[in-house]
Amino acid sequence: MDLSYSAEYEEFRNEVRAFLKQNWTEEDRKNAPPPDQRAAMMGASIRTDDRATQFRVKAIERGYLYRHVPRQWGGGEQTPDPLKATIIQEEFRKAEAPGELMGQGPSMLVPTLVEHGTPEQKEKFVRDTLLGKIMWCQGYSEPGSGSDLASLRTRADLDGDFWVVNGQKIWTSNADTAHWMFCLVRTEPNAPKHDGISYLLVDMQTPGLDVRPLRQMTGEADFNEVFFDNVRVPVKNLVGQRGEGWRVSRSTLKHERNLIGSSLLTRRTLDGIMMVAQFTSRHGQPAIKDPLLRDRLVDLESRVLASEYHGFRLLTMQSRGQDPGIAALITKLYGTTLSYDIARLAMDTLGDRGLLAPGEESAPAMGMFVNAYMWSLGVLIAGGTANIQRNVVGERGLGLPRDAAASRTAGAKV
Amino acid sequence: MNFGLSEEQELLKSTIRRFLEEQCPTTRVRRVMESPNGHDPQLWQGLVDLGVAGLNTPSDFGGSGLELLDLALAAEELGYAATPGPFLANVLATVALLEGGDDEQRSAWLPKLAAGEALGTVALGEADDQWAPATYRTEADGGKLSGSKAMVPSAAVADIIIVAAIGGAGPGLWLVEKNAPGMQVRSLKVVDMTRPLDAVLFDGTPAMKLAGAETALQRVIDAGCILIAADAFGGARRCLEMAASYATQREQFGQVIGAFQAVKHQLANMATDLEPAMSLYWYAAHAYDRIPDKSERHAAMAKALLTDVFDRCARDSTELHGGIGFTWEFDLHLWFRRSIFDRSFLGEASYHRARAADLAGW
Repeated sequence: MDLSYSAEYEEFRNEVRAFLKQNWTEEDRKNAPPPDQRAAMMGASIRTDDRATQFRVKAIERGYLYRHVPRQWGGGEQTPDPLKATIIQEEFRKAEAPGELMGQGPSMLVPTLVEHGTPEQKEKFVRDTLLGKIMWCQGYSEPGSGSDLASLRTRADLDGDFWVVNGQKIWTSNADTAHWMFCLVRTEPNAPKHDGISYLLVDMQTPGLDVRPLRQMTGEADFNEVFFDNVRVPVKNLVGQRGEGWRVSRSTLKHERNLIGSSLLTRRTLDGIMMVAQFTSRHGQPAIKDPLLRDRLVDLESRVLASEYHGFRLLTMQSRGQDPGIAALITKLYGTTLSYDIARLAMDTLGDRGLLAPGEESAPAMGMFVNAYMWSLGVLIAGGTANIQRNVVGERGLGLPRDAAASRTAGAKV
Repeated sequence: MNFGLSEEQELLKSTIRRFLEEQCPTTRVRRVMESPNGHDPQLWQGLVDLGVAGLNTPSDFGGSGLELLDLALAAEELGYAATPGPFLANVLATVALLEGGDDEQRSAWLPKLAAGEALGTVALGEADDQWAPATYRTEADGGKLSGSKAMVPSAAVADIIIVAAIGGAGPGLWLVEKNAPGMQVRSLKVVDMTRPLDAVLFDGTPAMKLAGAETALQRVIDAGCILIAADAFGGARRCLEMAASYATQREQFGQVIGAFQAVKHQLANMATDLEPAMSLYWYAAHAYDRIPDKSERHAAMAKALLTDVFDRCARDSTELHGGIGFTWEFDLHLWFRRSIFDRSFLGEASYHRARAADLAGW
């Protein structure tokens, strides 16, 4: 066990630092466009202004970004090396330099296109998506198809050189700003449910598309509903074969998944409560002096540390070429329940000040903690609810039998 | 960056596991725990022959010269098998001598403790759940000890007891030999019979001060916390494995019970609690060996978190087994009992979390 990096990797770290020093200057860092609310939450990594894009092109050229994407299509193309990927992330974060864009385009669509797209699709979309010039939204969930996604009913019928799409998608983040949508539609209504789905790319400007904001429990509208009324999509925008959409959509990053990132986020949230606990007074003394609060804080910190060290362990397994098995399957459930517990403790620490809504001047942190509390429920649900995660851990991790209802349906290759 | 076990460490674990599978089935665990002093010299000698007693003893003193992490991996395997005996006691006495003994004291006892020629233990806590050194009332004056220690593991069979007491310069460690005058050992009826406890009284008992570093007492406590955390992980893993295996065999309503989501989710929650907790005990052991400024606080946090996890896994596993899990004949209660020992010995979870809060300077 050795938590330092070997000389070879320290040398690599120095190279990355030198590159950053030369190519991402104080001036670049400061001349950021005024952040919208989303940018303020996510930091410099999502900048897509000209300075950021020029820098990103150089970083890709050096093989520091999008290392899993071939150079031919605009990626950095490198041999997978989780330690190098981690060093790059650490150094880019320290320098506040634009890193890989995190949205659904780079993280979900690009790997799918690299694996299943036609040369024309790759040429048209991959490079510009990686640089943030084309923004994407994901059309998967429907009002009647959430956890049971493969039951989706939005249909597409072939009419000459076009697929004609009718139906409705929901929970579509960024549908109001995205240029394109990748979506799953039913093209083979008579096939078993997993075998009747196709993967389509839809230009958001196509007539017949109607995007309506969906207001969530925080009062803000970060999602949308998208309605399709005879939306005509050229057949060249089908990815993979018709009826193969379910399999196509399962393409994920196979190489360097960032396994440490999520615990950094929970660590930041915990640091946030620590600040609140130190500067908030309860019953005439700093909240942090309350023995019950101290007990809960240490418990949460222990779990945050466990999750950080678990990330080290996964990274080590990955660099040794070992299959992490159940150790990787539990990370979402562990991280999201932990985030929920942290946000709840923040609310308890605030006491009656938690009654104040976002925007109230007298509230600590302008009342933003209640949003964090509500969002901690959102992430328990998004991308597979906690109960679905428990099925995955039980079935794939512990070898328990598959859910009877799910396994009755043919073609479930999840 | 390498946060994983070495080949030697994997080998150490698998060797101990294989030995215990062969030599320490639960039938033997039960025989030992129902015996008068809870000690099986033959089983202990087998572990000694594997090197378990002297893993962290320097090679000059007849040990393997390894670290606390290696001891903790052994503790995990012993916990997995609910191994009865004086491992924790003997190892903590070794740590006390290593950290606090002078050359003469080390030469006199370390080789014997590593070779199984003598058994050692440590006397720390006092009546009323007092585990913090500042609260001890046992006194050392002019080479004599007076006072009482409440929960001393394997004292009845120990050749030496390292006693934490208050001397002229504050808390420290004193060595007392078997049958010393003025010492009384009373065996206690305990919940976890795999790790017997005794009450020990001292009345003007001759004792030799460990003359080394003043930090020795805290190092003994930290090592104890980490080894218990490792034991708890091994035990919790065993409870999960037993429950998952039972859930794929036991049928009700025409199917194995593991197909029901209520059961599946309970098992998934156990696994989700357990996996990252292992990394916390690994890190705490690594910090004890290599990152001194993080050592004490991590030991406290690992003890609290892992014993909480063990508690939940032992409880859920029993519940998942239904009626059979509640019987004496079924082995699960061996681990349920160990979870109670791990949780309370050296102070329960909230005590250690309070310490961790203080150590952070909050």
